Amino acid sequence: MTAVPGTPAVAPDALRRAPASAAGAPPHRRVQRKVREALLGYALVLPSLVVFGVFVFYPFAKNFWLGLYRTPPFPGLPREYAGLDQYRDVLGSDEFWNSFWVTVRFVLLTVPAGIVLGLALAVLAHQRLRGIAIYRTIFSSTVATSVAVASVIFFTLLNPQIGLFTYWLGREGGLSPLDDPDTALYAVSVTTIWQNLGLAFILMSAGLQAVPDELLEAARVDGAGVWRRFRRVTLPLLGPTLLFAIVVGSILAFQAFGQIDLLTEGGPEDRTNVLVYAIYTAVFKEGNEGKGAILAIALFVITLVLTLVQLRFLERRVTYER
Amino acid sequence: MSAELAGALQPGFRNFLLGVAAVVTLSAALAVAGRFVPPRPAAAFRTANRYVLLTVLALIVLFPIYITVLNSVLQPNEIIRRPPTLAIWPWEADWSGYSQAWDQGDVSSYLLNSAVVTVLIVSGQLVTSILAAYAFAFLEFPLKRTIFVVFLATMMVPFEVVFFTNLQTVATMGDWPVVGDHVGLDTYGALAIPFLATGFGAFLVRQSFLSLPRDLRDAAALDGYGHFRFLTRVAVPLSRPAIASLALFSFFSAWNQYLWPLVVSDDKRTVQVGLRQLRGVALDQINVTFAGTVLAALPLFVLLLAFQKQLVRGLTAGAVKG
Repeated sequence: MTAVPGTPAVAPDALRRAPASAAGAPPHRRVQRKVREALLGYALVLPSLVVFGVFVFYPFAKNFWLGLYRTPPFPGLPREYAGLDQYRDVLGSDEFWNSFWVTVRFVLLTVPAGIVLGLALAVLAHQRLRGIAIYRTIFSSTVATSVAVASVIFFTLLNPQIGLFTYWLGREGGLSPLDDPDTALYAVSVTTIWQNLGLAFILMSAGLQAVPDELLEAARVDGAGVWRRFRRVTLPLLGPTLLFAIVVGSILAFQAFGQIDLLTEGGPEDRTNVLVYAIYTAVFKEGNEGKGAILAIALFVITLVLTLVQLRFLERRVTYER
Repeated sequence: MSAELAGALQPGFRNFLLGVAAVVTLSAALAVAGRFVPPRPAAAFRTANRYVLLTVLALIVLFPIYITVLNSVLQPNEIIRRPPTLAIWPWEADWSGYSQAWDQGDVSSYLLNSAVVTVLIVSGQLVTSILAAYAFAFLEFPLKRTIFVVFLATMMVPFEVVFFTNLQTVATMGDWPVVGDHVGLDTYGALAIPFLATGFGAFLVRQSFLSLPRDLRDAAALDGYGHFRFLTRVAVPLSRPAIASLALFSFFSAWNQYLWPLVVSDDKRTVQVGLRQLRGVALDQINVTFAGTVLAALPLFVLLLAFQKQLVRGLTAGAVKG
């Protein structure tokens, strides 16, 4: 808005501190301004809200409704109302619990290992050495590989005919680790850990940079060795970063899909049939939307719990810092 | 196992080991040379040790990428050969896999599709996020806080929970007059539309806007700047770091998407889903798979090398800041 007419001649500084809308304007003009500002505000948030409404909240709410109806075996037949029965059936099924535990195992196999490896690389690369930037770039390089790229790379490495890993494991021509029920989930996990290593490294490096050098130096002067300095100074100060990595890592791992689809398609014997893959199978292969919707709600609840855990800890941390 | 090892120690593998040894020796030599004065033997030894450790780890992390690049320039019969070829001279490279992937393998159109969709998503997210962030940071309107919470709440609904209903939504939109051809199944619009707004983006930019000094706004108002000019000439240019981080972050996630393009596209496959096709080619063309994988990964590697700093900031935005 333009400068207010009739403002007394004051120093520019004083003028600057006064709100531009100025008390001098007539009241109806001020109301008009407020209304216009509010309208502009709504107009600016509207595009986002439309997208959220159509592609987040509507399908989210629809899941609860879909779960109440049994999907007919053939399209075109009427939906049969089943109420909460279907929830009980799906959430009580062996299939759901298998997927749940497979996903939990997948999270436990990938998240801690990924963080420990990322942290180890970050600590090693966190020193003043000539050319260390090259190593940092290499360690973060897998951040540029998508799930699909990483999966195809490991798919070829684990291929029974051409895969170097199968060759070195002495399994050439036999069963690929991806087709062996006892090893499939591990193979998928190794792929995932490798793909996420770059991200873990970047996160941990950023966390390490926030650890003041003076503290470490003081500990060194006090005679603390490398390991002691790491345990007593670095690790506690990394707490928030570690927590963030654990929570976000777990949420992302619970949503894993691409590597399963490309490496194992849920098999062998459902040993890698993680939750999102089960949703995908229910909707697109079995044509059972009701079941897919209930599984999706379960996934949402898990994500919600993990997010709330993170918010709780983050809140505590912020009050702690300030 | 030992027979296996002996088998592995054929010329190819020996070359590889020699290569490793050469790199290790070279970097150790460089390290020692770099800190030439005064080379206390113990210190130089320790430094060399660090380089050896870092180099070995770097080689392990890079191995899957290295072998993919290597296989992409080998002929299929060489890829299958045992013991495996682990290094070749650059002039022995066979680039036919790339031209086949590019033409017959459709990688050129996959890349084009990915590029178009990514540009749509990134620009859409930037526009909606900046507009909404402006409203949240600089305007007053009733229900502002509530609407902001709604924005944040969208971050708690994983896309995996809503994707199958969104598929029906875009299918329905395909029947609408005028816009139908652009948002129906298997269109660029359908691939992009659910991701044109993000709560995370609006949040990130809002934080940056809020950190601008209030005086700036008043000064701009005195200069006769309206909201639009203040946004485009002051707020956005001063928030460039946050906006760049958001742009890179959304570029990475848009480029890497897998689940949505898998279910929504058929003709307009993105490169990630295209990889699923390439994964299944016959063994006598397996070099095409490797070449296609390299082509799919290349854009992000280039971005990573060019914008490492901004990317790190984008990826760690949630982690390190409170």
